[in-house]
Amino acid sequence: MAMNYNAKDEVDGGPPGAPGGAAKNRRPDNTAFKQQRLPAWQPILTAGTVLPTFFIIGLIFIPIGIGIFVTSNNIREIEGNVFMYYGLSNFYQNHRRYVKSRDDSQLNGDPSALLNPSKECEPYRRNEDKPIAPCGAIANSMFNDTLELFLISNDSAPYAIPLKKKGIAWWTDKNVKFRNPPGGENLEERFKGTTKPVNWLKPVYLLDSEKDNNGFINEDFIVWMRTAALPTFRKLYRLIERTEDLHPTLPAGRYYLNITYNYPVHSFDGRKRMILSTISWMGGKNPFLGIAYITIGSISFLLGVVLLVINHKYRNSGNTADITI
Amino acid sequence: MALCAKKRPPEEERRARANDREYNEKFQYASNCIKTSKYNILTFLPVNLFEQFQEVANTYFLFLLILQLIPQISSLSWFTTIVPLVLVLTITAVKDATDDYFRHKSDNQVNNRQSQVLINGTLQQEQWMNVCVGDIIKLENNQFVAADLLLLSSSEPHGLCYIETAELDGETNMKVRQAIPVTSELGDISKLAKFDGEVICEPPNNKLDKFSGTLYWKENKFPLSNQNMLLRGCVLRNTEWCFGLVIFAGPDTKLMQNSGRTKFKRTSIDRLMNTLVLWIFGFLACMGVILAIGNAIWEHEVGTHFQVYLPWDEAVDSAFFSGFLSFWSYIIILNTVVPISLYVSVEVIRLGHSYFINWDKKMFCMKKRTPAEARTTTLNEELGQVEYIFSDKTGTLTQNIMVFNKCSINGHSYGDVFDVLGQKAELGERPEPIDFSFNPLADKKFLFWDPSLLESVKIGNPHTHEFFRLLSLCHTVMSEEKNEGELYYKAQSPDEGALVTAARNFGFVFRSRTPKTITVHEMGTAITYQLLAILDFNNIRKRMSVIVRNPEGKIRLYCKGADTILLDRLHHSNQELLNTTTDHLNEYAGEGLRTLVLAYKDLDEEYYEEWAERRLRASLAQDSREDRLASVYEEVESDMMLLGATAIEDKLQQGVPETIALLTLANIKIWVLTGDKQETAVNIGYSCKMLTDDMTEVFIVTGHTVLEVREELRSAGGRREALPVRSPHSCPERPKAREKMMDSSRTVGNGFTYQEKLCSSRLTSVLEAVAGEYALVINGHSLAHALEADMELEFLETACACKAVICCRVTPLQKAQVVELVKKYKKAVTLAIGDGANDVSMIKTAHIGVGISGQEGIQAVLASDYSFSQFKFLQRLLLVHGRWSYLRMCKFLCYFFYKNFAFTMVHFWFGFFCGFSAQTVYDQYFITLYNIVYTSLPVLAMGVFDQDVPEQRSMEYPKLYEPGQLNLLFNKREFFICIAQGIYTSVLMFFIPYGVFAEATRDDGTQLADYQSFAVTVATSLVIVVSMQIGLDTGYWTAINHFFIWGSLAVYFAILFAMHSKGLFDMFPNQFRFVGNAQNTLAQPTVWLTIVLTTVVCIMPVVAFRFLKLNLKPDLSDTVRYTQLVRKKQKAQHRCMRRVGRTGSRRSGYAFSHQEGFGELIMSGKNMRLSSLALSSFTARSSSSWIESLRRKKSDSASSPSGGADKPLKG
Repeated sequence: MAMNYNAKDEVDGGPPGAPGGAAKNRRPDNTAFKQQRLPAWQPILTAGTVLPTFFIIGLIFIPIGIGIFVTSNNIREIEGNVFMYYGLSNFYQNHRRYVKSRDDSQLNGDPSALLNPSKECEPYRRNEDKPIAPCGAIANSMFNDTLELFLISNDSAPYAIPLKKKGIAWWTDKNVKFRNPPGGENLEERFKGTTKPVNWLKPVYLLDSEKDNNGFINEDFIVWMRTAALPTFRKLYRLIERTEDLHPTLPAGRYYLNITYNYPVHSFDGRKRMILSTISWMGGKNPFLGIAYITIGSISFLLGVVLLVINHKYRNSGNTADITI
Repeated sequence: MALCAKKRPPEEERRARANDREYNEKFQYASNCIKTSKYNILTFLPVNLFEQFQEVANTYFLFLLILQLIPQISSLSWFTTIVPLVLVLTITAVKDATDDYFRHKSDNQVNNRQSQVLINGTLQQEQWMNVCVGDIIKLENNQFVAADLLLLSSSEPHGLCYIETAELDGETNMKVRQAIPVTSELGDISKLAKFDGEVICEPPNNKLDKFSGTLYWKENKFPLSNQNMLLRGCVLRNTEWCFGLVIFAGPDTKLMQNSGRTKFKRTSIDRLMNTLVLWIFGFLACMGVILAIGNAIWEHEVGTHFQVYLPWDEAVDSAFFSGFLSFWSYIIILNTVVPISLYVSVEVIRLGHSYFINWDKKMFCMKKRTPAEARTTTLNEELGQVEYIFSDKTGTLTQNIMVFNKCSINGHSYGDVFDVLGQKAELGERPEPIDFSFNPLADKKFLFWDPSLLESVKIGNPHTHEFFRLLSLCHTVMSEEKNEGELYYKAQSPDEGALVTAARNFGFVFRSRTPKTITVHEMGTAITYQLLAILDFNNIRKRMSVIVRNPEGKIRLYCKGADTILLDRLHHSNQELLNTTTDHLNEYAGEGLRTLVLAYKDLDEEYYEEWAERRLRASLAQDSREDRLASVYEEVESDMMLLGATAIEDKLQQGVPETIALLTLANIKIWVLTGDKQETAVNIGYSCKMLTDDMTEVFIVTGHTVLEVREELRSAGGRREALPVRSPHSCPERPKAREKMMDSSRTVGNGFTYQEKLCSSRLTSVLEAVAGEYALVINGHSLAHALEADMELEFLETACACKAVICCRVTPLQKAQVVELVKKYKKAVTLAIGDGANDVSMIKTAHIGVGISGQEGIQAVLASDYSFSQFKFLQRLLLVHGRWSYLRMCKFLCYFFYKNFAFTMVHFWFGFFCGFSAQTVYDQYFITLYNIVYTSLPVLAMGVFDQDVPEQRSMEYPKLYEPGQLNLLFNKREFFICIAQGIYTSVLMFFIPYGVFAEATRDDGTQLADYQSFAVTVATSLVIVVSMQIGLDTGYWTAINHFFIWGSLAVYFAILFAMHSKGLFDMFPNQFRFVGNAQNTLAQPTVWLTIVLTTVVCIMPVVAFRFLKLNLKPDLSDTVRYTQLVRKKQKAQHRCMRRVGRTGSRRSGYAFSHQEGFGELIMSGKNMRLSSLALSSFTARSSSSWIESLRRKKSDSASSPSGGADKPLKG
C-alpha cells in the first residue's frame, strides 16, 4: 500500500539518508549477533548419540514397566487402608453444558452469589423464585445412593464395617475452593433465602450431621463436584481404615452390601458399580501403564538394534565412524 | 486538498496566467503541497482499523469473536480470541503509525523547502508548498526543480539550460532544455513581472516525455513542447539561474503522477500458505461436520435420555439443532489450527531476516558508505528460490567508468603493468602510478602505470605526439574552465571523456573550443587549430572524423572508429603496422577492453575545397540527404594512415565475473537486458565471463521482420537439435554432455545425487556439465517480434536452453515484458537487478527487484525491494541470506502447523468421549497462551536464527541453493507430513492419558481421572513434546534458543502454578476454577509416568526416521554438516572459479555510447556562450523549433566557413 514516491528520498538527492554526520553510523556494527555469528551448539543426529539413546530408553522403560505391572497386580490383597468407590458408566460429567453449570463463587461462600447465582447454572438457577444453593446441573445430579457394607459372620449379627466419610476430598478443595457462606452459627441460617436443588431430597445444610462436613464443604458433595474426565468413572465414596482389631482390614468372608437406591440411572442406560481397592505408591490398580512401558521399552530396544544394523550396513564410508557431537 | 481534488471534475485543459494569482485561483488547481501520509491524528484509528479488517485473517478472527459471544455456541471464553487479536491489531497499528509519522516528517521537509518566487515584482523566499500555478520562480544551479515549470529564460544563451533527470528516468547525462525565443529575453525581474502570458495546455498526466500546450502572449500563439519544460525532480546543472512559470504543482506534477501505488508483492510461500490455510479451513469444516453429526446422533441416542441430569438449552428443541450449534462451537475450538499468531510470526521472522540483511557488514560498501537495505520486508524467503536473474548492464555489471587502459602506437603497445614480472617486491600491489606533475593541467584522478609511454612523449616521438594530438582534437567534448587551470570536461559519453583526459595528462590538453577553432596546449604551448568540419558519428559509420587546419596551414583529417570499419579504410602502405596493431587489438579484446583505431590523413587544399563543395551540396539535397552525406564522408575517410589503437576498460563492478560464475553454479540463469548496443553488451558478456570462447555457439538474432526473427530463432533451435551433424566445430562427445546435463539435473531434482560421499571434484564436474554451452544475443527490434504472442514460447524455449542470454537495445518496457514472459511460462522465481529508471519497470515486474544504490539516480532503488551498492553482493544476498531465509521459513512453517495440529486435534478425539459437546480438553488459559506464550518464542528463535551450514559453506557449495529452487523444503507433501505428524501426536496425546486414567486412582485413593487433572496432564505433556520437537528441529542452538526453549518450559510451569493458585481464585472464583490442581496433579508419580511415556512415544519415531534419512538419503546440507564435523579440510576454495584465462576473440565495438548530432551542435556554436550583444541578433533568427534551428544553423555555417566568425564568441 506504500506510495512508491518517497518525498524524503527526494530531499537527499543522492543515496538515501546520507546526511553529514550520520554517515559513520551507517556502517553496520560488527557484533556476533548482527553478523549472525553467535556461538552455537549444532547438534546432529549421529549413530553415536541416537543408538545409545534408544538402548537406554529400552533399558530404563522395561524395568519400570515390570515394576509398575507387578505393583499393579499386587493390589488385590485387602490389606492396609481399603478404599470404597462408586462407579458410574455412560454418565457424561464431561459434557460442556454440564461442566460449566456451576457457580464457584457461590460454592466459595460468596454471599451475593449465594442469593444470585451465575447464569451458567440455568436451568437450575432458581426454583420457585428462590435461588438454588448449590445451583447448576452438577450439583443437582449429585449421587445420593447410600452404600453400607456388612461382614456376615455365622455366629453373630452382621458386622457393619466402619466407613469413614472424611478425608476423601483434596485438601485444597475442602479448605480453599469450597466454603460455606458466612453468617451465624447455624448453617440453616446462613443458607437462608435459598432453596435445595430440584433433585435433592434434603437441603445442603442437612447433608451431614457433623459441622465440618456439612453444607458446601460436605466431602461427598466436593467429590461429586470434581467432575470426571470420561463418561465412565469412579469416585471415592468411603475409606475403610485399617484398625488394630481387624486383620486384615477386610478379612475373607461373606459380605453384604446394602444400597439405598435414590439415584436413577436406568433411563440413560447408566450402570452403577461399587469397587473396593487398596492402593500403592502409584495409586490403584493400573495395568495399562505397566504394559505400555514394557511395550515401548521393547520397541525402543528393537529399534535400536534395527538402526544399528542399518547403520552398519549402509552407513556412508568414513562419515559417521568418528563423529561425535 | 485530497477531498477537493475528488470533487473536481477531471480537468480537460489547464490554463495558467503568469503573475495573476487571482485568475488562476478560479480553477482551484492543486497547490504545491504534497501529501504522501495516510492518516492524521483523528482519522488514524478508524481508517487504520478499517484497513486492518480488510485482511481476511483479521476479519475471520473477528467473526470467531462474535460467535463466541453467543452463549449457546461459546465453547471458549471470548478472551481466548480477543487477546491475540488485540495484540495483533496493536502491533500492526503501531507499525503503521510509525511509518506514517516518518511520511509526515518527510512531507513537511519537502513542503518547507525554500524557493524564490516573483511576487509583486520582487523575488521573495517562499516555501515550496506555497508555490502556486502561474507563479514565476527562480532556480539556481544545482537546485531541485520545485514544480513542473515552463522555462522562460536562463543565464545561458538562447534560454538554454541543462538539467539532470536522474530522479525521473535515471539517465545521468545532462539534457538540454530551451526556452521559447520570445520569453528567453525576459532575463531581468522587471520584465518578468510584466509578463502576462497565458498557457493553455494538456491536463496533468504521467507522460514524462510529452507535453503539448500553447502560450498566448501579446496576441500571438507560441506552441510549447516538452523541450520547454522543467519537471519536478530534475536538478539544474551548469546553469547559473533560470526562471520558470509553474504549470503543474504538487500532486499534479509528472513526478507525482508517476508515483503510483506499488503493486504488493507476495512470495510463493505466501501463496502456498494461503492455499494451505484454505485447505485447513476445509479440513476444519469437515471436522466440524463430523463432530456435528456425532453430536446430533449422540443427543438423539443418549442426550435425550440423559436430560434427567442435563436438560437441553431452552433454545434447543431437537438433536438436529443441537448438532448445528455444536458445529459452530467446534469451529471455535478447532480454529487454533490456523492461529492468528501464524501471520504475526511470519512477519516477525521476515522482519528479523530483513534486519540481518541491513546489518550485514559484508554487504556494506566502504567506498560509497552504503549498507544493503531490505526495503521490502516480506520477500526474504523468495531470495532462496531464485532461478532467473535479469540484470541491467550499465551501472550494475559495469561501473560506467571508462578508463584509458592501454594503447598501441605505431606498433608499440603501452600500458602493461609489470607488477609481477618487473617488481616482485610487493606481490599483488601495483607500483606507483606515473607522475604527471610536469603538467600543471593534468587531471589528478587519471592513473597510468606504464612509464614508457610518458618517456615516449617526452622524447618527442612524432607518432606518439600525433596520437595524442588526435585524441585532443577528434571529439565532441566541451570544456569549462572556471578558474585558470581548473579544467572540466563535459563529455557526451564516458569513453570520449576518458580519451580526452588521457591526452590531457600526456601533455596534449584540450583547452577550449569555438565553433570554428580548437585550442590545445601541446606540451605547454597553446596552439589553435581551425576546425573545418566534423564528420559526425552515427551507428552505421561507427567512426567520427574532424578536419582541421593547423597553424602552419596544413589540412589534416583525424579519424577514430571501430577497428572492423577503420582497418579496411587504411592506405595499403600500412600493411605491416596493421598486422602488429591487429595483434595488439586482439590482445586487448581478449582482456575485455573496448578498442578504437586511430588514423589520420593529410588533405591538400584543392582537394579539401572541392570536397567541401560536394559536402555542401549533399547537405542541401532534398532527398536522401543522409545517404549522400554518408558517401561524401566515406570518400574522404579513405586511404588513411594508421596511428594506433586505444583500449578502454569499461570497468566492471568489483567481483562481477566471480559472482556470475558462482550464481551459475547455483543453477541460476542470468540474462542481461541492456539498452546498450550489441557490441558493448557482448563485450561485457565476455569480460564478465557470461560468454566464453569455448561456448559452442553464440546465436545472434538481429532480424528486423517477424519472418527473419522466426527464421533466426528456428535455426538456432535447429542447430541446437542437430548439432553433431551440422556444426563443423562440434566435438563428438557433445551429445553425451547434453545428456549428462539433463541427467544431472534430473537427479538433482530428486535430491538423490549426494548420497555418495561428497567430493569436491565430483561436484565440480557435475556443475560443469550443467553449465550449458550456448548463448543467445538478441536485439531490441528482434525482441519486439520475438515477444509477440505466437513466437514468445519459441523464443523462451530457445533462450532457456542457452546458458547466457543477452538482450541489447531493449526499451524499459521490453525489459518488463521479458521478465513477464519468464514469470508466465516458467513458474520460476525471477529477480531483476538494475540501477536506473529504465530498469524500474522490470524491477517492479520481477518477483524480486534489486536496486543498485549509491548511484546518482535513485528511481531504481525506490522501486526496488532490496538495494545495495555492488553487484557482487547479490551472491551473498541469495546464497546466504536468501537460502537461510527460505530454510528458516520452511522449518518454521512445518513446525508451526505441526504444533497446532498436535494441540488442536486432541479436542477432536475428546469429542467422542464427551458427547460431542465441544468441551475443550485444556483449561481456557492454556488455549489462550499456548500459541502466544508457551510455544511462540522457541519457534521464532529458530525462524530467525537457525543455520544449517555456515555462510562460507553456502558459497563454497552453491548447489546448496538448489532445494529452494526446487521448492523441496516446504511444499504440499511436506505440509501433509507435518499434519500427519501433528495428528499422530494428538492421538497419542489423548489416548495414552486416556488409557492410564480410565481406571487409575491417586496415591491417596481419590479419583485421578477428574477433568481438571486430565487437562493438566495432557497440556503438560503437549508442552514438553512440542518443546522436544523444536529442540530436534533447531539446528543452531544459540544462547537465545536455549533461553527461549528452557524459558518457555519454565514459564509454562510458572503460569500453571500461578493460575492454579489460591490468590487468583480468591479474587475471581469463577475464572480460576482450577485452583489447587497443579500441585495435586503434578505430585502424582502416575502423572509423570504418563507424561514421560507420551513424550517418548511421540518423539521416538521422529528421531528414528530422521536418523534413517540422514543415513540413507542425506541432503547436501546434511553432508556438508557432517564434513564440517569431521573437519576433513576440503580444498574447496578455488573450486568455484572457473578458468579465468581465455583466448581472445576479436570483438571490436566502437566504444562511443553517445548519440549523433553533437557535432552539429558544436559547429553551430549553439551551446557556446554568447555575449549579450550578440544575443538579440541571434535570437531574431531562431525559429521556434530547436532542432530546425539547429539544422539551419549548421547548413549556413557550412556554406560560408568564415561566415560564422562575425558572431563574437567567448569560450
